[in-house]
Amino acid sequence: MATLGIDGTGQRLLRRLNPGPGGWQVGLATVATVGVALGLSALLIAVTGGSPTASAKALYQGSMASPAAWSTSLLYVAPLLLVAVGACVSARSGFFNIGQEGQVLIGALAGAWVGLRLAVPGPLLLVLVLLASVVGAGIWAGLSALMYRFRGVNIVVSTMLMTFLAQQLVSFAVNTPWLLQESRLGRGTLSPQSNPVPENARLTSLGDYPNLQLNGGLVLAVVVAVALALVMARTRWGFRLKMVGLNPATARHAGVRVGALGGIALAISGALAGLAGALLLTSPVSTNRLQPGMSLNIGWDGLLVALVARNNPLLAIPVAVLFGVLRAGGSFLAATGVPSFLVDVVKALLVLAFVAPPVVIGMLRRRRLADEPATPTSTPTAPAAPMGAPAPTAPTAGSAEAAGSAPAGSAAPVPGPRTTAPPPADPGDAGTAGNKDAMEGRLA
Amino acid sequence: MSAADNIATILSSGARLTVPLAFAACGEYVAQRAGTLNISVEAMMLGAAFGSIAVASATGSATIGLVAGALVGVAVAFVHGILSHRVQINTFVVGLVLNALVLGLTSYLITVSTFTGHQVWQVNVPGLRDIPIIGPMLFVQRWPVYLLLAVIPLTWWLVERSRWGLELRAVGENPQAADVSGIEVNRRRRQALLWCGLLAGLGGAYLAVGEVGSFNQNMTAGRGYLVIAAVIFGAWRLGRTLIGCVVFGLADAMRLALPALGVTMNSQLLIAAPYLLALLAMLVFATTHREPRALAQPFQRGTT
Repeated sequence: MATLGIDGTGQRLLRRLNPGPGGWQVGLATVATVGVALGLSALLIAVTGGSPTASAKALYQGSMASPAAWSTSLLYVAPLLLVAVGACVSARSGFFNIGQEGQVLIGALAGAWVGLRLAVPGPLLLVLVLLASVVGAGIWAGLSALMYRFRGVNIVVSTMLMTFLAQQLVSFAVNTPWLLQESRLGRGTLSPQSNPVPENARLTSLGDYPNLQLNGGLVLAVVVAVALALVMARTRWGFRLKMVGLNPATARHAGVRVGALGGIALAISGALAGLAGALLLTSPVSTNRLQPGMSLNIGWDGLLVALVARNNPLLAIPVAVLFGVLRAGGSFLAATGVPSFLVDVVKALLVLAFVAPPVVIGMLRRRRLADEPATPTSTPTAPAAPMGAPAPTAPTAGSAEAAGSAPAGSAAPVPGPRTTAPPPADPGDAGTAGNKDAMEGRLA
Repeated sequence: MSAADNIATILSSGARLTVPLAFAACGEYVAQRAGTLNISVEAMMLGAAFGSIAVASATGSATIGLVAGALVGVAVAFVHGILSHRVQINTFVVGLVLNALVLGLTSYLITVSTFTGHQVWQVNVPGLRDIPIIGPMLFVQRWPVYLLLAVIPLTWWLVERSRWGLELRAVGENPQAADVSGIEVNRRRRQALLWCGLLAGLGGAYLAVGEVGSFNQNMTAGRGYLVIAAVIFGAWRLGRTLIGCVVFGLADAMRLALPALGVTMNSQLLIAAPYLLALLAMLVFATTHREPRALAQPFQRGTT
């Protein structure tokens, strides 16, 4: 070990990277399915008379070929990442939120309202706009938690229905002169949009690089992603969140206020989606006006980012980059004669390619485990081990003396999660780490 | 135009807007009673609308197109069933991905290809169609509308009176108990999804080859979600679900008709009304009319 130069931290890191049992199978299968997804996309292009290589080149040129292209991609990455991180939080808690598309709009609405109505000097206005979007969308999503708490309304259903309410609310706001519709300049007809938010409420590029623009929103999104990853992995609150998501009954027994915690998780996920809406409003990705279509499906896509990242905020960063790149590249596709809708097809296929392998392999693994006791090939004198005990060498008599192997032998064939005591609500020591792993194993 | 004519116009356009919803709602109702909160009904309808026009354009027959559309709906349902009730990927994930996939695919294909328009023939009952106000609504419609009149009682009988339906409801209420009594939970859920796909496909195909005669990008425009709202509004009862469809269809018809009649009404409110009503119905009737107890809960043997 020492010769390899791997110290304790390194080992921990390796263990963390190790995807667990069957991890390599999952990795290989994912490579294969991604290949199939890309192959199907290429086939679609070829069948409809386009050129797959030209399309790939256009995608690359629009998204990654130059600093300017990267700037465009990264403008999309920031809101996608924020939505995805929020989705990670709510999905971890089991309070599954699918209303991000509406929450993005509500965030933009609240931000636009503050940005256009408050006359605050300097960058303070930007801060207020961002805060308003966070609070507005957080409350909007929190309503779903309240409806669940007091009337038992299914959270998925209510967040989904409220998406359509949000769309019409924004549409109403920008169609109503006394709300947010643009003010009349001359005699032209009024469009359903608001005035642009003032200059001091816009997110600008950080630093001064030739051609490359690193928008402040991206920094904000990455900071939020890293911070929430740390909170979920390292704090008491994060542990409780996971517990609620994995087994609410156990969590309740351990003294966690399940409803309150889930409600907060839901509000956080809404707030981050709202912040993404504020980024769309204030960064150069839009015209800085509130418009009904300004969410650009970022809410739905961000949710998919979280799914591909398996609810891990850090993994969401590269996945969001992938989705942002596809988005930016899509606008270059049209020049090659291939409709930019291709990007949506590629995206959906990629999501399936990433999501399916671990689930399929997990299912095959379970099925193999379940089939094992059914095949009566082992010795019939071992009725005491019904759940696929590893070998017919039953550790009944001989192992009592073998002190060294006894703990290992007794630990292996006890998969029964029912018998483990509920983990204490206080994490942070080595004992709970073991329980945590047990809980993870149960879900996997 | 007299007031009676106006009402007749709104009613008859409301009926036309209701029909695709009602077809799909019959399917979504079955899927939800079996415990699948099926979001991909939007994908089923959209894919079916596209498939029906594509096949009608290729074969020259709108009726074959309608059948093909229904089969596209079944195909989407089959994929959904495999992914969420065999492989056990989260059903919302599957639904969202399928919606995105079908929307992208149909938008792509309609941009790169051209189809000729086709429409199924219209039933036009002489004499009866002249009944004031309700005549045009009931007796001048495309023939799949009358198919709906058979689908509704059939769906009711399947769910409420057949053994299959009983098992279906058991699966939606308490999958563990159903499993123990020998019902294959996930198979029943897949079957319910296929029925949903068939009817949602008919609804989507009716929209294309029945109502409009052509396909345009994102033709269903959220009608699938409207259908889900109708089932929720109907508190998981078929009759009330269909009432929901009628209310939503009429709201849509009024939104389209009122500006022409010189009445100004808040169109955003009319568009949002179905979702608002569904939400309110859930809030108000939360304690008396509840959802299937295992709605949206995946079933895996050996887990609670």
